[in-house]
Amino acid sequence: MGSGRVAVIGVGSYGFRPSTPEVSFQGMMFESSQRAYADANVDPRRDVDVFVDCQEDMWEGIAIADEFAPEPIGGALRPTFTVAGDGLQGVAHAYMLIKSGLANVVAVEAHGKPSEIKTLQDIYYFAMDPLHVRPLPTGNPFFIAGLDAQAFISRTGATREHLAIVAVKNRNNGLRNERAPYASRVRLDEVLSAPYSVYPMSRYEIAGFSDASITVVLASEDAARKFTDRVVWLDGVGYSTEVGSGSLEWHEWGRMPSMRNAALTAYRLAGVSNPEKDISLAEVEDRFSFMELLSVEELLLAPDGEAHRYLENGDFDFNGRLPVNPSGGSLSMGIPLEATGLGRFLEAVMQLRGEAGAHQVKGAKRAVVASWRGVPSYTSVVSVLSSDIEG
Amino acid sequence: MSERKGEVKLPGTKLSAKEMYSLLGLVESAPQAKYEFSAGPSLSKFLQGLKEGKILGKRCPRCGRIYVPPRDYCEYCHVPLTNWVEVPDTGVVHTAVVSYISTKRERLEKPEVVGVIRLDVPGYKEDSYEFAGLFHRLCIDPEEAKKDSAVGMKVKARWKPKEQRTGSILDIECFEPVR
Amino acid sequence: MEVVSNLFVKDRVAIVGAGLTTFMRRALETPRELAWEAARQALDQAGLTLKDIDCVVIGSAPDTFDGVHLKGEYLADGSGAINKPMTRVYVGGGTGVFVPVSAWWHVASGLCRTVLAVGEEKMSPAHPHPQYVFRYIWDPILHRPLELNLIWIFAMEMRRYMAKCGAKKEDIALVSVKNKRNALDNPAAQVAANITVDDVLKSELLVWPVNELDISPVSDGAAALVIASENVARQVTDSPVWIDGVGFTLDNQHWENRELAFPRYLNYAARMAYRMAGIERPWKEIDVAEPYDPFDYKELHHIEGLMLARPCEAWKLLKEGYFERDGELPTSPSGGLLGVGNPIAAAGVMKVAELFWQLRYEAGKRQVKKPVHKAVANAWGDLMQAGTVIVLSN
Repeated sequence: MGSGRVAVIGVGSYGFRPSTPEVSFQGMMFESSQRAYADANVDPRRDVDVFVDCQEDMWEGIAIADEFAPEPIGGALRPTFTVAGDGLQGVAHAYMLIKSGLANVVAVEAHGKPSEIKTLQDIYYFAMDPLHVRPLPTGNPFFIAGLDAQAFISRTGATREHLAIVAVKNRNNGLRNERAPYASRVRLDEVLSAPYSVYPMSRYEIAGFSDASITVVLASEDAARKFTDRVVWLDGVGYSTEVGSGSLEWHEWGRMPSMRNAALTAYRLAGVSNPEKDISLAEVEDRFSFMELLSVEELLLAPDGEAHRYLENGDFDFNGRLPVNPSGGSLSMGIPLEATGLGRFLEAVMQLRGEAGAHQVKGAKRAVVASWRGVPSYTSVVSVLSSDIEG
Repeated sequence: MSERKGEVKLPGTKLSAKEMYSLLGLVESAPQAKYEFSAGPSLSKFLQGLKEGKILGKRCPRCGRIYVPPRDYCEYCHVPLTNWVEVPDTGVVHTAVVSYISTKRERLEKPEVVGVIRLDVPGYKEDSYEFAGLFHRLCIDPEEAKKDSAVGMKVKARWKPKEQRTGSILDIECFEPVR
Repeated sequence: MEVVSNLFVKDRVAIVGAGLTTFMRRALETPRELAWEAARQALDQAGLTLKDIDCVVIGSAPDTFDGVHLKGEYLADGSGAINKPMTRVYVGGGTGVFVPVSAWWHVASGLCRTVLAVGEEKMSPAHPHPQYVFRYIWDPILHRPLELNLIWIFAMEMRRYMAKCGAKKEDIALVSVKNKRNALDNPAAQVAANITVDDVLKSELLVWPVNELDISPVSDGAAALVIASENVARQVTDSPVWIDGVGFTLDNQHWENRELAFPRYLNYAARMAYRMAGIERPWKEIDVAEPYDPFDYKELHHIEGLMLARPCEAWKLLKEGYFERDGELPTSPSGGLLGVGNPIAAAGVMKVAELFWQLRYEAGKRQVKKPVHKAVANAWGDLMQAGTVIVLSN
C-alpha cells in the first residue's frame, strides 16, 4: 500500500436549487470546478493529474455523457474519465489513483440536473430489470424503498413516528444551510397527519430533486502541502454492491449489507475501532427517512435495531451526542442524482474545517459520509474524514 | 482458453432475427425519455447570431484563442470567455463525405454531402492542429466532393432568407464553393 | 502537465486469466449471462473462484443498447459483484481497454489483491436498429438538427486521412482483408472471412468513402480478465502477463475544431503509458499490437497515434506486409473488431485478452511468428476524443 495519507484540499459547488435555467449542465460543472480549484489554490491545467467525472447517460440525456466531461472541469486533453456511479465512487477512484502513485492531485466532479428530465419516473423504470420487474404494474418505482422501509420497521420495532422524527429533524436542520432548498419548520404532527406517498412514508419523508454540481480536489500528503494548509484527511474509503438491480429477490430486505461492508473497509483503513465513540458527525443518506436509521446501524453508530431509540433520545440531533445530517440531509438539500453523496462529502469537509457557518457542529474532528445510489440499486460508498483543524 | 484449436466452442447462443423476435418471453420496453436542455449563454447567443445572419465566436481574454462554436469557458485556461467577435462566414473544406444513408440506416433518395469547414478566423496558423470550424452540409455536387480538389476548396455560407431563420444551426442552409 | 508516474510501485500488477464468449449479432443470453460466461472462463483459466476475488470492475458502453439504465448495477451479479466492491467505468468505445487500466490502480493502490474485470455489451435489444441509439451521442443543438448518422463522422475522418496522407481506398481496405482473415482462427469470431480488396470496394457504399466491409459489425458479447498483484500472480501461474503501463486522455467534444488525420488524444495517452513502461522507441520495442479497429482506416490511424509508425506512413507499411502475423510488427492477430465483432466494451477487453494469450504463447493458430515480449493495445471512444492505452509484457 502506498505510503502517505490522502488529503482533501479543495471543494466547490454550484446549484442546490430545484432548477437552474441560467446555466447548461456544462456551465454548472465549470462553476463548481472553478470554485474548487480556487479553494485548493491549484491551476487545473498544470497541477491536476487526473480528472474523474461521475455521471450516468440516462440522467444526462446523452448517450455517452463522457463526451461532455473534460472541457468544463479543465480536463480537456488530460487523463480524464467517467465513472458511471455515485460521486463518492469517484472519490474512491481518486483515493486509489493517489495511493498507487499514478497521480498526485485528482479532481472529482459529479453533477445532476434533474430539472431537465421531463420523464424522471420513466427513467427510474428503465433501471429496473426488463424481464422480471418492468412488466409488473408497480406504480411509483419508489415502491422498492417502501418494501425496505416496511421490512426495517418489522425487524427493529421502529415505528412510523420514528421515521417522521427523522424528517422533522432534517428538514429543520436544513434551515441553517444555504444549500438546502427544501428545508422547512415542519412539525411532527404535520408529518404524521400527512397522507402516505409511498407506504409507510409521507411526502415529507421522501426527498425532492435539486440541480447541483460539486467538485472536490484530492491530493497526496506531500503534494497537498504545496497548495494549502487547510487540509482534511480522507482516512478511509470503502464501497460495495450487495446484489445487482436484476436480482432484487436476493437482497436482504430491511438491511443494507453493502453499506456495512463498505463501512468495515473504510473504518479499517482509517483505524477507527469504535465508531460510536470515534465519530463526531455523520452525513448519511436520508432520501427516504428510514434510510437514515438503517444507515446509522449499518455504519455501526448504533447497535442493530437500536437506532430509533438513540434518535428518540436526541443523540442524533444537531446539538446531540452524535449529530446525524447536520446539513439537513437529502430531505433538505434535495437529490442531484449521482452527485448526492459528493454533496454530503462537501458538507463533511466544511464541518471538519470549521467553515460550516450557521450549521457548524462544535468540535467536529472525525466524520463519516455514506451514500446509497437509490432505487433500485444496492450499492453503497462510505468515506471517513478527519482533520486537525480547530473547529 | 489456452491452446485453442479451431473447433473450440465458446459460450454464446446465436439467434437469427426471426428466432429472436419469436422468442417466448420476449419483452418489449420503450421508455419515455424526454429532456429539455438549457443551451447555456454562449450557444444561446450563437443561435441568435445565426438568426441575424452572423457567425459569432468567443475570444479568450488570456490566450486569445477564438472559439467557434463559442463556449462558456476556455478549455486551455479554464477561465470564462467573455469577448464576442463576429467571424467571417467563409472558410476552407477540411474534409467532405457523401452519404447515401439516413440516421435510420435507410437509403436516401438524394445523396447528402457533409463535411467540416475550417473558418477563416484569424489567430490560427494554416496547418495548426486546432481551428475554428463548423460541421455542416456542403452544396457541392457529390462527384465533385469525391475529387481530391474538394479538400481545401474555398467555401462560403449560404444563408436562408431572413424570414426563414429561426435561431438554429439550420439557418445556414449549407456551405457552397466561392466562385 | 506531466503525470508523475511512480516507477517504483512496490507490487507489480499482472493479468492471470482471460475469458471470452462468442461474439454474435444476436445472443439468446441476457447481458448478465454473457458477463457471467466470460467471467467464469477467466476465473477458470486463472484457477481461481469468486471467493478469491476482492474487487470487480465493469465496463459497458451506452446503457441504451442493452436497454437498462444504471447498467453497472444490472450487470453486477453476472460479473461477480455480490457483496463486493464494484465500480463501472465508461469512456465510450475506449471502455474496453480502460477496464484493465482501471483495474490496475485497484491493485496498485493496495486496496484490492485481485480484480475481476468484465466488459459486456448487448447491442441487439436496440430496436429497430442499434445504429439509431447513436443518434443521441451528438450535441443536441449544434449537430442533432443536421440528422447525422454515426458513420458520417468516421467517413469524414477517413477522408481527411486519405487526403492528408495520400492513402487510397484500396490501400486502406487491406486492413479489413487482413483482420477478417486473421479472425478465421478465432473461435469467437462473428464475421471472419477470406475476402479481397475488391470485395470491400464492391460492398454497399454507405457514406463515401466508407463501404459496408470497411466497418465492424453490430455485436453482442462479453470478455473478462482476472488481474492480480504480484504476490497472488506468482502463486497462481508461471507466466503472469505484467501491466507495465497505463495511459488515458480525453480531448474536448468539438471534433469539428481539430485536425482529423491524427489522433492527438491517443498519442498523449500512449506517451503516458510508454513512459510508465519505460519504452522510448515503441516502433522498435513493441512486438505485437492490438490497435482498435472499428473501421479499417482506424487501425492505421491508431498505429500512428501509438507511434508504431510515423504519421501517414502506416498504410505504406501495411502494403509491404509489415503488420501481418508473420510480419515485423503484427497488428490485430486476433482478427480485431473487423473480424471478430464489435460489442463495444467487450471488444476492447477481447483485444487485451488476445495479447495476454499471445504473450503466453497460448494463441494457437493465431500465435504470431516472431518471439513476443512487449505488447500494446488501445481503444478509442466518444466523439473522436478518448484514447486508452495499456502496455503489457511477459
